[in-house]
Amino acid sequence: MSAHAETLNQCGSCASSCHHTAQLTKLGLKIRNWDYTVALAGNPNTGKSTIFNQLTGLHQHVGNWAGKTVTRAEGAFTLNGKKYKLVDLPGTYSLLSTSVDEEIARDFVLFGQPDVTVIVADATRLERNLNLVLQVLEITDRAVVALNLIDEAERNNLTVDERALARDLGVPVVPMAARRGAGVKELLNAIEMVASGQFSARPHRIKYADERLETAVETLAEQLRVEFDNLPNARWVALRLLEGDENIINAIETRTLGKVKEAGAFPSLVESEAR
Amino acid sequence: MTNNSTAILDAAARFRREMGDNLHDKLTEAIYADAGQIAARAVSSGEQSNGVNFGQFFDRLVTSRWFGFPLMILLLTVVFWLTIAGANIPSAMLGELLQGTVYNLLHDFASSLNAPWWLSGFLIDGVYLATAWVVSVMLPPMAIFFPLFTLLEDLGYLPRVAFNLDRLFKRAGAHGKQALTMMMGYGCNAAGVVSTRIIDSPRERLIAIITNNFAICNGRWGTLILIGAIFIGSTAPPALASLIAATSVVAIAILGVIFTLLVSAFLSKTWLKGEASSFSLELPPYRPPQIWQTLYKSIVDRTLIVLKRAVLMAAPAGAVIWLMSNVNIGEASVAAHLVSFLNPFGLLLGLNGVILVAYIVAIPANEIVVPTILMLTLNMAKSGLAQTGVMSGIDDDLQIRQVLTEMGGWTLLTGVNLMLFSLLHNPCSTTIWTIWQETKSLKWTTVATLLPVVLGIAVCFLTASVARLTGLI
Repeated sequence: MSAHAETLNQCGSCASSCHHTAQLTKLGLKIRNWDYTVALAGNPNTGKSTIFNQLTGLHQHVGNWAGKTVTRAEGAFTLNGKKYKLVDLPGTYSLLSTSVDEEIARDFVLFGQPDVTVIVADATRLERNLNLVLQVLEITDRAVVALNLIDEAERNNLTVDERALARDLGVPVVPMAARRGAGVKELLNAIEMVASGQFSARPHRIKYADERLETAVETLAEQLRVEFDNLPNARWVALRLLEGDENIINAIETRTLGKVKEAGAFPSLVESEAR
Repeated sequence: MTNNSTAILDAAARFRREMGDNLHDKLTEAIYADAGQIAARAVSSGEQSNGVNFGQFFDRLVTSRWFGFPLMILLLTVVFWLTIAGANIPSAMLGELLQGTVYNLLHDFASSLNAPWWLSGFLIDGVYLATAWVVSVMLPPMAIFFPLFTLLEDLGYLPRVAFNLDRLFKRAGAHGKQALTMMMGYGCNAAGVVSTRIIDSPRERLIAIITNNFAICNGRWGTLILIGAIFIGSTAPPALASLIAATSVVAIAILGVIFTLLVSAFLSKTWLKGEASSFSLELPPYRPPQIWQTLYKSIVDRTLIVLKRAVLMAAPAGAVIWLMSNVNIGEASVAAHLVSFLNPFGLLLGLNGVILVAYIVAIPANEIVVPTILMLTLNMAKSGLAQTGVMSGIDDDLQIRQVLTEMGGWTLLTGVNLMLFSLLHNPCSTTIWTIWQETKSLKWTTVATLLPVVLGIAVCFLTASVARLTGLI
């Protein structure tokens, strides 16, 4: 009986996925004249590189350990006639820290201004993964949460209500089992909706109890916007400034704020700045 | 700095004073509180199974104080034993085909065209032979070793190894994450050096960069496996030969870890003083490996890429060796001059002149050390004789051993010291370049380049002296 149901299910998913893959072309490294930039962020070892490979057809080395990707990898795909550049960022637990690999991720989300940021979250460790999700949502509202490893969660008897999650976070949440390719077409769909502006997010904002903090952030953010020519995410920069982040202070002193640092063997950020 | 940015920084400093120091804590708390609430609403856990949790049981076993290290050594030994025992026959078959049949066909073809001796010599005995050697010596062990190693990685075993080593690294005053960068180094030292970016503190990162070379890379596994098989394995009865050979390779790998720890401790007590910083290491869940994907990836992404690099390096190296062996200055060839110049020093270290020349030729790629040694040894032994048929007919381990002992005068000590020198010598040129890229410091690039060679010379001199004093050779 259950075997029968499974067969039916497979047919159903095949029919719809065939429909979709007809419009998805994996372009590998052919990155030119893209319409949208998509960043892949997330905690270490949540499957960013697996998803990256699924979408681009590339063979980025995938390892089962934290800290495998330390540089940015880039690839491309087209979907329904639009060309997307996909950037796989090093895994990071937080945007508040200081090591080089985490800085690469943070700077790109902050200043690379991706059209969509896909935050890959591990369904088996949701609470810890949400810390990063919430931080990214402070910076951008053009985000999609890929709730990966949903199969592992099931094996551990964990059920994640993705609709409740989507409601709380205010951005699309896509359950995935990327190693099996499950959820890829739904993810593509969500990316397209956010990139084209069909989906308007009302992202969760962290509640700061302190009212003085709110005033301070807004005052500084306003000054930053004036000084740095409509700097995006000025509120986040203001917050970091209030915390005394040396890198940010340094960037203001040297007037390099908003420039993505070149790191790793992927020189195409120069293009993204020129764009 | 403009007045406006000064004003912004001043304002920030003023606000910071007003709000006190614990702003960072307040922010973090706010984020954690929200994350906790949202997760609690979204996640519901069903009945937990009462049975033993295999993941946890395994973790306790592989990271236990008593079983952790023995288990690690056992696993490594099994991997190398499978590699050495399995690679023997395909290696011999490939050798027979490439250095035998194809080599002879090429020479027949050349003589049917009346090609001048120097042209067929340069192309067939130089470029072709070096390339054929690299393929037949390196391809079979790599095609077995890499999939096995990738399988261990996919399972999630490597972070457990790092977990076991963490304590030792901390005691050496280094960062625990250095164990992870060492794991990357086991694939490729250049990649290992780049992976040190996960270490926050510049002090600990430098230590990790300088010591990464003690992690044996793709290019060196082949040398170790071959020399271990023909010099160490052959001292044991045939039934145990592969196992003993595997043990010798594992011993060198462990020695590499010991050197990593010792040099890290030395650096953190002298030039790079400081405390070890703490970090949290995440043990990933055991994931069922995807066998076919792993096979495909490790063959395409690792074996073929390493082989391609080796072949690309071997072809010009073969040309250089042939030229060195056939261009004469005075009475002898350039190679002969160079070898006899370096020979006294080489012998003092329990190596020889040919080995030292091979390590100079192989600076761009460690992969070509053994083929270079073989070609030079044969050319030296046959200099004065006809050059044709230099290496035809050497197609298995036994014959390689014969060439090295009878023509090259190798002893057990030469074999052992070559394995030691393979562990302890300068990084390849790609790695040196990467170290420069990552540190941008001439001083530290030089230290990272020269320190291992100096150590290698010292260690080889020591073993050679001990062997001589105790009359072992």
